[in-house]
Amino acid sequence: MSLSPDDIKVGETRESILVDDLKRTRIVQYAGASGDFNPLHTDERFAVEAAGYPRVFAHGMLTMGMTGRVLTDWVGTEALLRYGVRFKAQVWPGDTLTATVTVESIEDTPSGPVVHFTLRTVNQDGAEVVTGTAAARLEP
Amino acid sequence: MTGQPFPVEAGHIMMFARAIGDENPAYTGESALAPPTFTMASAHYDPGYHLRPKPDEEWFGSGRDAGVMAEGGGGLHAEQHFEYHRPVRAGETLYAHNSTGRSWEKQGRTGRLLFSERITEYRDADGEPVVSAVTVAVVPEGPATPKDAR
Repeated sequence: MSLSPDDIKVGETRESILVDDLKRTRIVQYAGASGDFNPLHTDERFAVEAAGYPRVFAHGMLTMGMTGRVLTDWVGTEALLRYGVRFKAQVWPGDTLTATVTVESIEDTPSGPVVHFTLRTVNQDGAEVVTGTAAARLEP
Repeated sequence: MTGQPFPVEAGHIMMFARAIGDENPAYTGESALAPPTFTMASAHYDPGYHLRPKPDEEWFGSGRDAGVMAEGGGGLHAEQHFEYHRPVRAGETLYAHNSTGRSWEKQGRTGRLLFSERITEYRDADGEPVVSAVTVAVVPEGPATPKDAR
């Protein structure tokens, strides 16, 4: 799967609900798959009593991974050139996350056209949890 | 080939794709493509990875007691960046090369914040770059203390 510059326009956006009411088990599932067993994410007693958080919170990389789906569903995994994010706020069990990906520009490069995106994932209160950018190759 | 070997396995990709909630058929099968953030899971192959309990070592999470927040354990993931030189597929082995990048400080709401970059270059068996990853961690200066929840 690959897109040509005719398939995509500057200003075009895609929005997707990544998760509705994030469950603690999803966070455990990500811990197991990723190998990041930091108890801040999976051990409520540790997170509250030892670390002083109100509850466990999701790995930033779970949100980045879920957000990436909006990109790869659009341009295809193989076309991706860059993907980077900032983690702006914690994601808690019970959160509902919505990602928006926007085409910022289409650049002609010596190796062909490249599309540049901005990304923004917010929680149910509209607070940003992840922001970032990505770039992908387009078919000439 | 030097670097920490990371065998990219189809079953691991399946579990990772499930964990991020992505049912893309490209992530299934013997020659599955890896999702863009999959290289983070190379932690499973890092023998010294500190965020995995090991049978012969004390683990800092709860058991009989609530556990202990280690000094510097208040570190959080501030940024993550990937550059893709080519797609990653099941059946190959990548070799992870770690290095330290920039570090800087910033004044936060409750004190000084220390940022540091860790760079991981994933290369293939021919030494060609496959994925370049930059992790930015942030740690509050001073002893570990419970932090405010943002």
